[in-house]
Amino acid sequence: MAEWLDDFLFTYENLVHALGVHGLLALSMYCVMAVGQLSLGQAAFMGIGAYTGALLTLNLGLPFWLVLPLSALAPALVALVIGGPTLRLSGVYLAISTIALGEVLRVLYINAEWLTGGALGLSGIPRKADLWLIYLLLLIGVVAFWAVGRSKIGRAMEAMREDEAVAGVMGVNLPRYKLGALIVSSMIAGLAGCLSSHSNSFIGPNEYGFEMAVTILSFALLGGIGTPVAPVIGAIILTALPEVLRPLQDFRLVFNGLIIVIAVLFLPRGVIPFRLRRAP
Amino acid sequence: MLSQQLVNGLVLGSTYALFALGFTLIFGVLRVINLTYGFYFSIGAFVALTAARSFGANIWVALPLGAIAAGLVAVVADWILLTRLRRAKAGELSSLMVTLGAVLALYSLMAVFIGTDIQRFPFGFVDNSAIEFSGIRISLVQMLIIGTTLVLVALLFVLLQRTKLGLMIRALAENEDAARLMGINVGLTVAAVSFLSGMLGGAAGVLIGLNFNAIQPFMGEHMMLRGFAVIIIGGLGDIRGALIAGVLLGVLEVLTAGYISSNAKEAVAFTILVLTLWFRPVGLFGRAQAKRA
Repeated sequence: MAEWLDDFLFTYENLVHALGVHGLLALSMYCVMAVGQLSLGQAAFMGIGAYTGALLTLNLGLPFWLVLPLSALAPALVALVIGGPTLRLSGVYLAISTIALGEVLRVLYINAEWLTGGALGLSGIPRKADLWLIYLLLLIGVVAFWAVGRSKIGRAMEAMREDEAVAGVMGVNLPRYKLGALIVSSMIAGLAGCLSSHSNSFIGPNEYGFEMAVTILSFALLGGIGTPVAPVIGAIILTALPEVLRPLQDFRLVFNGLIIVIAVLFLPRGVIPFRLRRAP
Repeated sequence: MLSQQLVNGLVLGSTYALFALGFTLIFGVLRVINLTYGFYFSIGAFVALTAARSFGANIWVALPLGAIAAGLVAVVADWILLTRLRRAKAGELSSLMVTLGAVLALYSLMAVFIGTDIQRFPFGFVDNSAIEFSGIRISLVQMLIIGTTLVLVALLFVLLQRTKLGLMIRALAENEDAARLMGINVGLTVAAVSFLSGMLGGAAGVLIGLNFNAIQPFMGEHMMLRGFAVIIIGGLGDIRGALIAGVLLGVLEVLTAGYISSNAKEAVAFTILVLTLWFRPVGLFGRAQAKRA
């Protein structure tokens, strides 16, 4: 490997890891929004993955190749419990119950001290998630969504996003698609959480709450959800920007919040307004 | 023991009810899940705190000040964030996202300028004494909380049912276009609803700030979990449902803390929320079908 790349990675290791993890989170947000739903639980799902992964590694010493899929499975179960009833109702119910999920988990992590280390969190998690793994998974995710987006399933998803009633009449199985999208997205978020806990070596209860949930939404809205790459680019911009513009640091969350306001009011298709080309 | 806990639960529950009342009023009339609502709660508490500190205002001055300030913030926030979407008849999710982004920006701005440390009302701001009868202890603060909640709820009902403004609000809740055709000034009515709900949120902020005597910018966000649970259990937009669900939640939380464990208390709101969604999505008193997708 070139020496400058080594130096660069050494200096900016945390940032490079965060870019990849945030890219995965943006993908998971994309997955739900692609069927016209709004889940604000991506941060909570990420937290479940992070805690599951960290606890399995620390307490049971399971190998990482086993920890990773288990950390994707745990949030999927929670998504099933919440998505089951809410996805039959109008979209606000999913949004409300997922945002409430993040809030209740934060409090539970703090209170279940015997398991989660309480407010201090868990530390000393071995750094098993290397850079190549994170970016490989991100690449697989983008390519998979790209392929799905061009298939019949992608067409059904786009139809749902534009007009649910029409899509339903055309024979799209709405509940199955919505629940499927929510579960896949929670699994990606869980993976991202597990990867982040195994690259930061520390996790705490306040990292997966409201601020993170809104930040993940801002990734997707900045990029737009026309293609799976767009939200990833949104995540990269919003993660790197505070590092480049230091004065922005204090106002990072203010900025992320305002991005959402501006995107919804003025740029409904995001900064990257292209859409997937259909397969002929 | 049990009766004491019921009293404590009633106090906690009436703050939840008061908080959720404004939240559900916004949804019932304006068809918006307005997440900036949690910020009105925080700003109400902070204005009261500042008034108490800077010119020694007592509770009878600080409470209305906090409520009115929150009401004004609510009017401005609604006007900036939602006018455009309302005109475009954008969906519920767009307005939810806008207010979500805005509320994070608002909390974070407040945290940058005020800090996230917990702040307290000055000593002697309220009388800390308590009265006791037949073994039940009720502090004056608790009586103040219940009393204020009752008065505000009564005023709201009179306003909605007996005044012209109330008629306008109910018409708007029924159908915006029809209301406009009947000559109702929709813009003004929307502002009135925002102001009313902002006041309710702000007043709840002052009272809860008083109850726990711990005030910090994100307190509104932490309260929202209860707000969500109460408005869903009561039925979205249902004022009477929100009142009863709020009191019920407060009592259940206190009983859970007393008889099971204080950790379990934190999960009560969310558990009932999910159970409601599974088994009774229209809420406690909902008769109409919940809106199906």
